[in-house]
Amino acid sequence: MSQLQFFLALVAGGLCAAALALSLVTPFEQGLLLKAFLALGFLSLIRFFVPLGLWADGAFAVLGAVAVLTAIGVFAPTPAFFWMALIAAWLFAWLFVERLSKALAPGLADNAGLGLLIPIVFGVTILVAWEAITRAGNVPQVILPPPSMIWARITASVPTLLADFQQTFLKAVLIGYALGCGLGFVVAILIDRSPFLKSGLLPLGNFVSALPIVGVAPIMVMWFGFDWPSKAAVVVIMTFFPMLVNTVAGLNASSAIERDLMRTYAAGYWQTLMKLRLPAAGPFIFNALKINSTLALIGAIVAEFFGTPIVGMGFRISTEVGRMNVDMVWAEIAVAAVAGSVFYGVIVLIERGVTFWHPSVRGA
Amino acid sequence: MSAVVSAQNLGLTFRTNDGDVVALSDVNLTIEKGEFVSFIGPSGCGKTTFLRTIADLEQPTSGTLDINGQTPEQARKARAYGYVFQAPALYPWRTIEKNVALPLEIMGYTSAQQAERVKRTMDLVNLAGFEKKYPWQLSGGMQQRASIARALAFDADLLLMDEPFGALDEIVRDHLNSELLKLWERTQKTICFVTHSIPEAVYLSTKIVVMSPRPGRVTDIIESDLPRARPLDIRESPEFLAIAARVRDGLRAGHSYEEAV
Repeated sequence: MSQLQFFLALVAGGLCAAALALSLVTPFEQGLLLKAFLALGFLSLIRFFVPLGLWADGAFAVLGAVAVLTAIGVFAPTPAFFWMALIAAWLFAWLFVERLSKALAPGLADNAGLGLLIPIVFGVTILVAWEAITRAGNVPQVILPPPSMIWARITASVPTLLADFQQTFLKAVLIGYALGCGLGFVVAILIDRSPFLKSGLLPLGNFVSALPIVGVAPIMVMWFGFDWPSKAAVVVIMTFFPMLVNTVAGLNASSAIERDLMRTYAAGYWQTLMKLRLPAAGPFIFNALKINSTLALIGAIVAEFFGTPIVGMGFRISTEVGRMNVDMVWAEIAVAAVAGSVFYGVIVLIERGVTFWHPSVRGA
Repeated sequence: MSAVVSAQNLGLTFRTNDGDVVALSDVNLTIEKGEFVSFIGPSGCGKTTFLRTIADLEQPTSGTLDINGQTPEQARKARAYGYVFQAPALYPWRTIEKNVALPLEIMGYTSAQQAERVKRTMDLVNLAGFEKKYPWQLSGGMQQRASIARALAFDADLLLMDEPFGALDEIVRDHLNSELLKLWERTQKTICFVTHSIPEAVYLSTKIVVMSPRPGRVTDIIESDLPRARPLDIRESPEFLAIAARVRDGLRAGHSYEEAV
């Protein structure tokens, strides 16, 4: 047991003991599950005499989370031992993850499923704490609604969210992303081909990337109208430059020997490009694609703050916040976060397939 | 016999920010077909530069250089030589067989021809069975063998090798040296081989060109009369040691010039 694990176990058990003592003043049948958790948590201190498996800590954490969530509103006002139980449950979850990551460390690749458990435990812990604090602590809804309320809002407004998702993500983001990245790539090849363009276009691209998006978005609305094309245009402006710079850098990533080799074969420009320089630029290009996947979403949502038809994620966020429907704002944020993560994840998967040979991917 | 490489009064000066650097000065050399020529000398003596000039990777600033009676550029465009670099320079996104097939793809061979030549050259360098591996899955010696296979794949008559075994340990190096001799014996190619190892140069060559630095120039050309069939223990024979001594004398002569500066 490491020093950290020792203290986590000690504090978690100790907290349970103290909370259990405090809870004895309330009627016995009130919050029975919470008291059972506290008692078991107190008993976990026997680990200093009899070793407990790491799954026991996982079970304590799950029991603690369920007990805390069911005990919300049972006691009024919320007593100190409730908060102590929440902290204890959190400490058990921490201890569990700590022991799990230590146990997995040698062969993380072979335990992909268990490795996935760590971020899941982490995320669930945050959600439980968020739920308990906002509801038991009576946090005003406008400041932070509990996750359960956001989830209820998501399930109740699927058609609206879906329409917004289509408008913003499937149209503005994806089309703008494809155009912006494609344009950046093509211009990078042109620049590579001609020194004149290198001195002319690269500073211009730099200039375009420095344009403040908040200032450009209204102009794009004037140019391309209220619907998604103006948002796609903003996305193009945001994604163009990272792609350009990364591709230009990537095209120069092949070593002198590798290029000399092509020269000894009397290979032409396009042969050298296709067989050497583009594959060598792969890691750079995928970096740009990853950066741009998040930039595109931000750009499209912010662009919708400046004139839009009555649909779209950015439109919904800006209007619902004005109507104090904060749960709807959070619902849109959740959709955007999930969509952005999946988008990013898909690109990472493609990257692993294409640049499998790169040391950063093959883990050498 | 016809001259494969013929240099007259060849000179090459690099222009740098610190002034001109004379890399080659007044080099005269003729290499006949089927010869195995080693270039030996301390670093900075221009042996690699001379090889690169033959390959048209550097342009001479004075004198003339003919490859098969053509200019180096014409020879390069005619794919007259295969070049083996100091590092294997295999492309990591290609399997070994795809790496060997790279020049064939560029030169427009059909896929049937490619398959046949890849198999033949992989057998020649004893790499059969590793076709589907990626370069980073192979040892340094195997990678360098693959790069030799790649240089042989399109059957150029001239093979230029720039310290191909410099980064390998001595055991692997001895092994690859004797394999290289057998390969030369079988293919009848003309080989130019840059090294800074005296035993390697004497063991491999029919002709040894001793060079010295500042400015890079040829100080001695030694014709070796060792038999073509050379077991590794020929390196203990008196004839071998006599040639090695002469190479060493040539190198020392170059160095005394350096110390006088």
